[in-house]
Amino acid sequence: MRFALVGQPNCGKSTLFNQVAGYKAETGNFSGTTVSYKETKVRVLGDIIELVDLPGTYTLLGTNPAERVVLDYLIDKKVDVIINVIDATHLVQGLLLSLELMELGRPMVLAVNMMDEAVRQGLTIDGEKLQELIGIPILPLIASRGQGVREVFRSAWNAAKEKPLPTPQKFNGDIEAAVQDVKGRLKKGVYPVSRRAIAIKLLEGDPAISEKAKKKDGDLAGILHGHMDRLCHNSTQQAVWLIASERQKIARALAKKVSRQGQGRLSLRDKLDDVLLHPVFGYLFLVLIMGLFFYMVYGIGNWLEGPLLGFFDNLAADILIRLGSEGLGAQLVAATIQGIAGGIAIVLPYLVPFLIGLGFLEDIGYLTRIAFLMDALMHRLGLHGKAIVPFILGYGCSVPAIMSTRIMEDKRDRFLSAALVTMIPCAARLAVIFGLVSFYLGPWAALGIYFFNLFIIGITARILTRFMPEDSPGLILEMPVYRLPTLRTVTAKAWFRIREFVFEAWPLLIIGSIVLALLNFYAVTPFLDQIFRPITWILGLPSKVGTPLIFGIFRKELSLVMLAQALGTTNYAAVLTAEQMVIYTVFVVFYIPCISTITVIKNELGAAKMWAITGLSILVATLASLAARLFILVI
Amino acid sequence: MPAGIYWRHMNLLNVKNGRWVRVRGFRGGYGIQQRLTQLGFLPGNKIRIIRKAPFRGPLLLEVDGREIVLGRGVAAHVIVEKI
Repeated sequence: MRFALVGQPNCGKSTLFNQVAGYKAETGNFSGTTVSYKETKVRVLGDIIELVDLPGTYTLLGTNPAERVVLDYLIDKKVDVIINVIDATHLVQGLLLSLELMELGRPMVLAVNMMDEAVRQGLTIDGEKLQELIGIPILPLIASRGQGVREVFRSAWNAAKEKPLPTPQKFNGDIEAAVQDVKGRLKKGVYPVSRRAIAIKLLEGDPAISEKAKKKDGDLAGILHGHMDRLCHNSTQQAVWLIASERQKIARALAKKVSRQGQGRLSLRDKLDDVLLHPVFGYLFLVLIMGLFFYMVYGIGNWLEGPLLGFFDNLAADILIRLGSEGLGAQLVAATIQGIAGGIAIVLPYLVPFLIGLGFLEDIGYLTRIAFLMDALMHRLGLHGKAIVPFILGYGCSVPAIMSTRIMEDKRDRFLSAALVTMIPCAARLAVIFGLVSFYLGPWAALGIYFFNLFIIGITARILTRFMPEDSPGLILEMPVYRLPTLRTVTAKAWFRIREFVFEAWPLLIIGSIVLALLNFYAVTPFLDQIFRPITWILGLPSKVGTPLIFGIFRKELSLVMLAQALGTTNYAAVLTAEQMVIYTVFVVFYIPCISTITVIKNELGAAKMWAITGLSILVATLASLAARLFILVI
Repeated sequence: MPAGIYWRHMNLLNVKNGRWVRVRGFRGGYGIQQRLTQLGFLPGNKIRIIRKAPFRGPLLLEVDGREIVLGRGVAAHVIVEKI
């Protein structure tokens, strides 16, 4: 059996999915698109169910890639039950999609999520009455706390066995007549979903479905145009809008009958927003909150890094003494320890608090508020406020950041933000900045690197937008309510990203460390160093850093960890001057994105743009490091 | 949605903070219209301007019980009337 989770963005659909899938989810892409879905297997009442989490969609109009795949999936794939999740506090909006889903004529259950939030707002919903009115099972749900999850799946299982079909709601006079007429002209039994759904989609003018219907029922274009023209003539509006208005009327009427608004604590949000979105205090709080956030990451990371690094260094030194430092065996053991230490002592102490903090800011609803505050500034970079989301995610990892550029509709916006996002220091580069600059030169120097980085990104953006002028309509997004994040959702999200490091990057790190020890032992590294020699020479860096830079392309942390191998010590201050540390770090922050990022860019934007971004990054890295060198010379 | 002329036409940028207005229609491409409709900007719906971000930043609007952020470029395309 297959259940599909369908719902609008921010309805808590993915929270429900994560509640049942745990960490076992597999992410896939819809063929031919970059839209991804998640899939898992769950056991419900003894049956194994394939559960698919489809992307969030407001309607089934198919005007953007996500909607298109959801519509095509629900029409073409064998879905036994649709589990439609809606947000109780946005009942009318949620029901709009529910009405559309009911038209498809597949078994369906409706989970009304965020019941706790509704209660907090003083909203009561009569689920039983709604069930009577629209004739499908309705269940209350608090997905974030796991309440009602079991009942939703039991009900879906029942629906799969009994196959009760929802009765779609009727439209008004003219429109209903048109729908009935078109439906009557469609052949019975040749469509995987109800003929009513196909008829409505045809009247809405869906190109893909019109194409399919042409094959099965001959050319209906003449009849459809007749209906569309008449409807448009009678009301001065196109059929697609008339149908949307009809659904809205029905949804409103339903919501009015089943929900009652009492005295809630609605004002809390407004009071908070009055401060956090204030023209002056909003920005003060933004600086304060982000400052605290980075201070926390730095504090925890630094507190753990020193002792952990000391421990591993002593361990490696002990082993070298016992086994004799000249032998290959001892070198390999020491390299393994350095690889392990790189993960535990340098990366994880910063990565874990960073991801937990970011998840917290995201779930509480603050990231969207940053987008609101920063839109004006992002416009100066030739982007709009939405681009702030990939930018902020970019401080965690470039991979999800590049993926999140999908929220922008415009291709030019996607390319520009992807190119700039790769220059944002991700958590791995954070490890380099903190592990090298901050550890040896203090936190202010590290902060300086961050500001310098933003400065360079700003200049790059201004230059790029000269060649690619802005033409996108601008920011459109929904402002979520403030929600108290649960520890579970925040840690689950953080773990999802940490897992990637532990199982994919860390082994590479250790292997890289060993390979470099081997290369060192057989004295091959001087040849590798030559590849980067032109650049290291210009920047006044020792040629030995060339090899760590090559390894850094695999994983950015390696450019720090391998530095220990290449220079033969973890006490970098002994071999690098303060200027060299800064210049090296600046170069590492900007140059070639890591292999995983390059792969994602290729998947998302194509090979040509991948090469363009890679080339651009080398150019910017060299120029930025040169600028840093000059800057240091001057002061 | 007819994107013609209106007698008392005014776009969202002309509305003061805290005011309620009614949607009349949109100017601009099909894509924007679709997106706005999904977010509740249907003709006849009421909108309140909650606040505007400084430095020519976006508008925060209340539509159908939800809060929606619109950049100025988009807001200029939404034709509204006083109520």
